[in-house]
Amino acid sequence: MTIFLTYATVLLLAWPLGLYIARFMRGEGTFSDVLNPVERSFYRLLGVRFNADGSAQGMTWQGYAKALLFSNLFVGLIALLIFAFQGTLPLNPDKVANMPWWLSLNTAASFITNTNWQNYSGQSQLSYLSQMVGITALQVMTPAAGMAVMFALLRGLMGGQAGRDGQPQAGNLGNYWVDVTRLSTRLLVPVAFVVALLLTWQGVPSTFSSAKTANLVEAQTITVDKEATTVSTQTIPVGPVAALVAIKQIGTNGGGWYGPNSATPLENPTPLSNLIQCISIILIPVALIFALGAFLRRPRFGVMIMGIMSVMSAALTFAAVMAERASNPALAGLAAAGGNLEGKEVRFGSDATALWAALTTGTSNGSVNGMHDSFSALGGVTAQISMFLNDIYGGVGVGFINMFVFVVLTVFIAGLMVGRTPELFGRKIEVREMKIASIVILLQPLLILGLTAFSLATPSLTANLNPGFHGLSEVLYAFNSMYANNGSAFAGLGTGSSVWYNVAGACELILARYLPIIGPLAIAGLLSVKKVSPETSGTLRVDTPVFATTLLTVMLLLQLLNFAPALVLGGVSEHLVGSVKPVTTPAATRPAQTRPTPPQLVLNGASK
Amino acid sequence: MTAIPTQSAASKNRPRNIFAPEFMRPAVRAAFTKLDPRSTIRNPVMFVVELGAFLTLYIAVANIVTGKAFGYELTIALLLLLTNVFANFAEGLAEARGKAQAASLRAARVGTLARKQGGTQVSSDKLVRGDRVIVETGEFIPGDGEIVEGIATVDESAITGESAPVIREAGTDHSGVTGGTKVLSDRIVVEITSQPGESFLDRMIALVEGASRQKTPNEIALSILLTALTLVFVFVVATLPALSSFVGATVSVTTLVALLVCLIPTTIGGLLPAIGIAGMDRALQANVIAKSGKAVEVAGDVDILLLDKTGTITIGNRQATRFAPLSGVNERDLIHAAALSSLSDPTPEGKSIVALARSLGVTPEAPVNPEFIEFTAQTRMSGVDFDAAGGRVSIRKGASDRIARFVTELGGKTGSELQTLTDEIARAGGTPLTVMQVDRSEARVLGVVALSDIVKPGMTERFAQLRRMGLRTVMITGDNPLTAEAIAKLAGVDGFLAEATPEDKLQMIRDEQAAGKLVAMMGDGTNDAPALAQADVGLAMNSGTQAAKEAGNMVDLDSDPTKLIEVVEIGKQLLITRGSLTTFSIANDVAKYFAILPALFISVFPALSVLNVMRLHSANSAILSAVIFNALVIPALIPLALRGVKYTPGSADSLLARNLLIYGLGGIVLPFVGIKAIDLLLSVLHLS
Repeated sequence: MTIFLTYATVLLLAWPLGLYIARFMRGEGTFSDVLNPVERSFYRLLGVRFNADGSAQGMTWQGYAKALLFSNLFVGLIALLIFAFQGTLPLNPDKVANMPWWLSLNTAASFITNTNWQNYSGQSQLSYLSQMVGITALQVMTPAAGMAVMFALLRGLMGGQAGRDGQPQAGNLGNYWVDVTRLSTRLLVPVAFVVALLLTWQGVPSTFSSAKTANLVEAQTITVDKEATTVSTQTIPVGPVAALVAIKQIGTNGGGWYGPNSATPLENPTPLSNLIQCISIILIPVALIFALGAFLRRPRFGVMIMGIMSVMSAALTFAAVMAERASNPALAGLAAAGGNLEGKEVRFGSDATALWAALTTGTSNGSVNGMHDSFSALGGVTAQISMFLNDIYGGVGVGFINMFVFVVLTVFIAGLMVGRTPELFGRKIEVREMKIASIVILLQPLLILGLTAFSLATPSLTANLNPGFHGLSEVLYAFNSMYANNGSAFAGLGTGSSVWYNVAGACELILARYLPIIGPLAIAGLLSVKKVSPETSGTLRVDTPVFATTLLTVMLLLQLLNFAPALVLGGVSEHLVGSVKPVTTPAATRPAQTRPTPPQLVLNGASK
Repeated sequence: MTAIPTQSAASKNRPRNIFAPEFMRPAVRAAFTKLDPRSTIRNPVMFVVELGAFLTLYIAVANIVTGKAFGYELTIALLLLLTNVFANFAEGLAEARGKAQAASLRAARVGTLARKQGGTQVSSDKLVRGDRVIVETGEFIPGDGEIVEGIATVDESAITGESAPVIREAGTDHSGVTGGTKVLSDRIVVEITSQPGESFLDRMIALVEGASRQKTPNEIALSILLTALTLVFVFVVATLPALSSFVGATVSVTTLVALLVCLIPTTIGGLLPAIGIAGMDRALQANVIAKSGKAVEVAGDVDILLLDKTGTITIGNRQATRFAPLSGVNERDLIHAAALSSLSDPTPEGKSIVALARSLGVTPEAPVNPEFIEFTAQTRMSGVDFDAAGGRVSIRKGASDRIARFVTELGGKTGSELQTLTDEIARAGGTPLTVMQVDRSEARVLGVVALSDIVKPGMTERFAQLRRMGLRTVMITGDNPLTAEAIAKLAGVDGFLAEATPEDKLQMIRDEQAAGKLVAMMGDGTNDAPALAQADVGLAMNSGTQAAKEAGNMVDLDSDPTKLIEVVEIGKQLLITRGSLTTFSIANDVAKYFAILPALFISVFPALSVLNVMRLHSANSAILSAVIFNALVIPALIPLALRGVKYTPGSADSLLARNLLIYGLGGIVLPFVGIKAIDLLLSVLHLS
């Protein structure tokens, strides 16, 4: 029921929102033109150059990519410095300490890439300055950057941005600064504002005061290292939480204020707040696909992409729900048998948690309202599959960019099958485009499998509590999540304090963000300057159900087959074999206690 | 007159059996000589297979030396080598077929003696460009060249398979001759236009041979994709030991290599070179010499075909189809007069008038004291003068305006009715031929004979088919726009260029190209050369001038104007074959995963046998079956690669749906069946 309500509300809201986005990105008049003066002052600040006719100077794909990279590098460095020196910087009422360099690096990389992988726990390791400048500001900027590139890419497919005469200017993909500004002022900030108000109404904290202290109703005795202490008060960290949560959801960011993310009552207090957040996770990703068809003036193509994404989303949500409804095998035969509620908020139940998991992994959002580590083995597999595909609506903007590479590959193969050298929207896909697409598809298995294998093969680095299949899944999930710029995590892996996971993760995050964005941007740039051949009945049509089926199959084959062995050795074996030790060579299973146990694992492990 | 279109020529050159013994020997030799890694490295997919073969062979040998079990390792090594051999064999077979075809075309010219102008005799293979040789009745033309003096009938059956002789004449658009063809009458002087070993045939032979063959742009792009997929699976397999040992399972290197080879796209990788060569072969079978592989590939992309009306769309000559008398004239009088005036008219039009009259029951008797007046460019009329009861009678037929003037000169009258009548005929696609008679000094117009173009049977359907394929056809004609429009409508072409000059053609090609379209045309005259060079596919007739043949990127030995359509189909078939086998190859991976993945870990985790959906006999037999299937599928697909995927013209949507169903779905299902069958066979034979 919640599931249908979520999908229906999203489709209802996203359609007009998408058309609105397409209009203002095309420069057509909308009510948001009242923001023009504000934007103009931003342009002056950013030094945007204008043409004589008043339009912003366009950029080639190289120029656009450079603007993206340099601006991201610049703010990334600022964020890194703030994290590293937050202890001595202002807005730090709770006296939070500096972050070590590797954690600063990882956190900066994580937030600049719209991933929000959290190797720290926000409430205890970030000052308010870090939360606001390093986290919240980046949570607005990075989704805007992703969306901007998507529109630049679409302009490339149309032959370049239209000039004053309405004719496309070959090679001109638009102006990065203008795109980022407009997408922030006209889309992200207003929508986030509305969501923040709704969440504040539902009781999410929204304050600048320092942490609150509450007296416990009943004093607890806690034994740490055989030393018993009696605890009678509780510290409740607060802050401008609602604003952060709003932008974390609508910008497919996912980085929460608190370590356990939207599973805590402070970030997600009520079923209604849960529904609002679920909707905001996919609202803009879905709206962007509506915008895509309208922007390209190819509504059928938009519908085709929307169809594929929706089919995958529905299938994986269904799979996750079914997997979580199945009873926990550890409880077999007990009275507690029922849905798998381990690691879930009883407030939400298994369905709402499974739905959230499917949405958050498909969209590269990464916020959670339950612990994915405690999902049933197959539930975990569905989450991993969503992230391998990484374009089930996808991260804002980047969802379509990710799928675009497969559109190119499918057009190449299917185009041959209709007896023409392959072309997309009348523009030929040739050697250079294939080279770029090949590099992009190589990167994913190279990074995810390479880093997973290296981490598993080096016991001093592995740092997880679980041996066997589940341990493998945890490491795979970590690198998968970072590659997908998702940010959700299987807990139980001590990535927080491991220099290896922080540094390797930072490298993976950066490579996996920029290469798969710039590659497609380059392809679009190259295509935009090509001759357009007219579409005839002999041309491959990319908006038909046949093409959609082909595209879906190519995506599943080329992405999932790469990871089939890893999934079989992880979640699938865990499901089939259980936690039973292998029948032979038990010695090969490394005992967990030989690995360093990371401190504060449950609190601030990569649980997000 | 151009060479007579030959439908039989293509089929005559087509070998029936692709595994014919004369191709097998060189192909088998190539299968082994191409195992040389320096040759394999040009094909990254197969290079990885070969590396895998050497690695497993090394392990097998090491096991033999150290006294360990080696049967499995050796079997895998040999199977992988066999995979390479099959791929090489496919390429060798395609090369052998192309070479044999080209060689049979070339055979005729070897060893003839040539008489040079001036009297010296040289062997034909010593002739260089610019040499002039004399060829007389009964002699073979010693090399490709152009007639500079004389006219001759030439038997070109050696290259076209068509026995009807053709006329070749100096200074016309049909001055080109080919080495190895035979002069049947008269004496000509031929200027040789190619250096020894550089004729079109020589170039074509070089193209199908490994050395000078260059990959086409699309082939390169596909190779990049295949290399990327190969690298992806190298990562997958290379990281597997680390993953599996973490959960306590070990996998042998040999098995990993087997898994790798099964996953990488060996089927398309192994057949890709053969598909490209076979495309050239098929062009050659259609008696078309392509100057590059790219030309064939581009043919599949063509959007617009420029087709000459005469000979392509219509039967060469116009035929009388109707007699239209002016009011007040007896129809039979008109028929009678028209037939009389045509009795000794040698042109096909004249003959057709007599024939039509006869079919309408009018058989004129031979006139008394006839004087036949032949058509000349000055008078633009023909006719007959003869004695009749009332004195000398003159009958003339010709273009309306000319006849009308003639009548007026003789004091006769012409009304507006004639103009109406001729316009009506022109609008219906006919050419009006006005007939007048002077009897007892009274000159008057009798009426008009309509000459019509006869659209070749089947052309309308063919154009409709081309339209479904997304191709536009444009008819090129010297006719006036009115006539041209009517014929265009009748034949069902999409457009026409009337009163076309070579400059018009060139301009039209440029305009279409500026709009992003790819244009194909056929031509023979020297004045066609710029347009042939400008067109994306320029198919020159072999009977045409040297300039035309140099300008085009293909030469049609049959000089058949409809060949252009066939060439487009060959191009499309080449691309479809490439795409379909790629799809098939990638789709195969699903079944191979289901065979091998459980087999890898089943001994350690028996619960994984749920994934063994094919219920394969044992882990070893599962892996062997997959590898054997992977190897065997290459030779099994050789006929498909060489003949090309069946091409039924249709819209892109229907082609995609059909090919996806066969090669996509088939590619997923077939290996499940194949691997299971091999597994059953292995277990029955106790081989594993």
